Amino acid sequence: MNAINVLEKAGGGSEWAVEASGLVKTFGGNRAVDGVSLNVRAGSIYGVLGPNGAGKTTTIRMLATLLKPDGGSARIFGHDVIRESQIVRQLIGVTGQYASVDESLSATENLIIFSRLLGLGRAESRRKAAELLEEFGLTEAAKRPLKNFSGGMRRRLDLAASLIAQPPLIFLDEPTTGLDPRTRAQMWETIRRLVNTGSTVLLTTQYLDEADQLADRIAVIDRGTVVAEGTVDELKGSVGSSSLHLRVQDQTATGEARRIVERVLQATSSVSSEAGKITAPMADADRVTDLLVALRESGIRLAEISVQKPTLDEVFLTITGRGAQEEPAPDKQASTRNQEVAL
Amino acid sequence: MKSKTAVHPGARLKNRTSFGQSVRHSLTMAYRGLLKIRRTPEQLFDVTLQPIIFTLMFTYIFGGAISGDVISYLPVIIPGILVQTVITTSIVTGVQLREDMDKGVFDRFKSLPIARIAPLAGALLADTIRYTIATVLTFGMGYVMGFRPDGGLGHVAIAALLVIFCSWAISWIFAFFGVIARTASSVQGISMIVLFPLTFLSNAFVPTDTMPNWLQWFVDINPISHLVTAVRDLVNSGSVGWDLGISLIGAAVIVAVFAPITVRAYMRRT
Repeated sequence: MNAINVLEKAGGGSEWAVEASGLVKTFGGNRAVDGVSLNVRAGSIYGVLGPNGAGKTTTIRMLATLLKPDGGSARIFGHDVIRESQIVRQLIGVTGQYASVDESLSATENLIIFSRLLGLGRAESRRKAAELLEEFGLTEAAKRPLKNFSGGMRRRLDLAASLIAQPPLIFLDEPTTGLDPRTRAQMWETIRRLVNTGSTVLLTTQYLDEADQLADRIAVIDRGTVVAEGTVDELKGSVGSSSLHLRVQDQTATGEARRIVERVLQATSSVSSEAGKITAPMADADRVTDLLVALRESGIRLAEISVQKPTLDEVFLTITGRGAQEEPAPDKQASTRNQEVAL
Repeated sequence: MKSKTAVHPGARLKNRTSFGQSVRHSLTMAYRGLLKIRRTPEQLFDVTLQPIIFTLMFTYIFGGAISGDVISYLPVIIPGILVQTVITTSIVTGVQLREDMDKGVFDRFKSLPIARIAPLAGALLADTIRYTIATVLTFGMGYVMGFRPDGGLGHVAIAALLVIFCSWAISWIFAFFGVIARTASSVQGISMIVLFPLTFLSNAFVPTDTMPNWLQWFVDINPISHLVTAVRDLVNSGSVGWDLGISLIGAAVIVAVFAPITVRAYMRRT
């Protein structure tokens, strides 16, 4: 119901909150975003998943009119981000990676100023600020300067500031990076409630479980391009529902063990050079029994074995195929590993 | 959470901000600037100490040598030191703008449907409070040292407004440096290089007739000299001359040139 309202307000009548095609942004010689296309259906949560430097933030900044694309086009509820930027700004709320609130002012003052800028009257701004502070559990800290705020409180205030105008589309750039688990869960709860009121949410994240928890559809971005797109289930299906981590006692048997793993699980595995740990996606956790039998028959002794939920690393390895070649050169492998660590 | 997501209920979306909205947004941003000053009063040190120290120093150092005694130097030096102090203060506007823009909150301002000029105009407007403090203190120091302007209080007030307005106009130049410079300290550096010759190669501190001809030529075309003369005319004789006109026109030209290019540069920055 509400989502339909929003679309009428937006005047586009389109079911798409975001339509981006071939977005390009170059910084010097570095193509930070290299042809990103995204379609986000109104009323859904869309996750953009990728490591640091993949181009997530740059993409969001272009969609939020903060950065001019060097190529491609994007529309928000049917309005072009370049030609109709001022309309687009009336339809969006942006919560950045670093809290975009005024450090030198109090929480109340921040919200009142943003409310006034959005055209609310004096009394109305005051009421709105109090209401949002209450909702985000910041009432007690309302008068204190932000300098003494914790990271979580800042993020909450930041999100509150994005909701003043109740925009139909909200961009959240890594909303939970650096938050403790409890605050993180609170943030997720808030994001879910937002969508229940009819808003569309586009969020970026480095964590697969966050995308898993929240997003209806996910785009995986790497080196400025979308390398995979689909529902959470589709994406997970490509990685396997869980992943196997295995280390053998005798390092020289690693190659042999890897071949067995790949044969039994019918998946490509990867191996970390320093620890000799083999990692492989697993569609069915029950296969691990077959694998153990096969390993025992070949006389390979295990140092360590575990079955875990897939991590972003593995999604990446599987989707980009990087690090999953047969015998990559050791130095190249090491650098891939470093990249994974940096994820 | 309220279950409605209307943007501006009933209003149609427009791609332009009206002039009225721009003014309102700028005033809100100025209010933000005032709140910031109230939260961090220590940033007012320069505008409180500089007028007191400079006025004392220059008057007692130069007074006897230039005008015979301190009292008769006051009508010359107070307008000069006023212009010099207040305009130097406007450099801080650029420096603080640079520091401010590095903060995340400017990202939010950019993503809001507000006039693009508002974050800049608001900051500059709020800083007129600084110029006012410097102006009042300079005149106050003059009064304490025995300066009794013949023009009367009304003309002193007009002179004060003139200096505040011109400093606001000139602060657009430093705002421009603030927007294009990489760091706050480089803003300070560039601005000092521009301002130092302008304020000292003028008639602010000494009569010009002992200067070499080429320097007199520069001093005569220096807009600071015109502003100083305009202030002297107002406070000392209550007269309004051509210098006042030149000062106002100059200020208007500065705003007309620098406001648009500053906003453009601000928009281009990421």
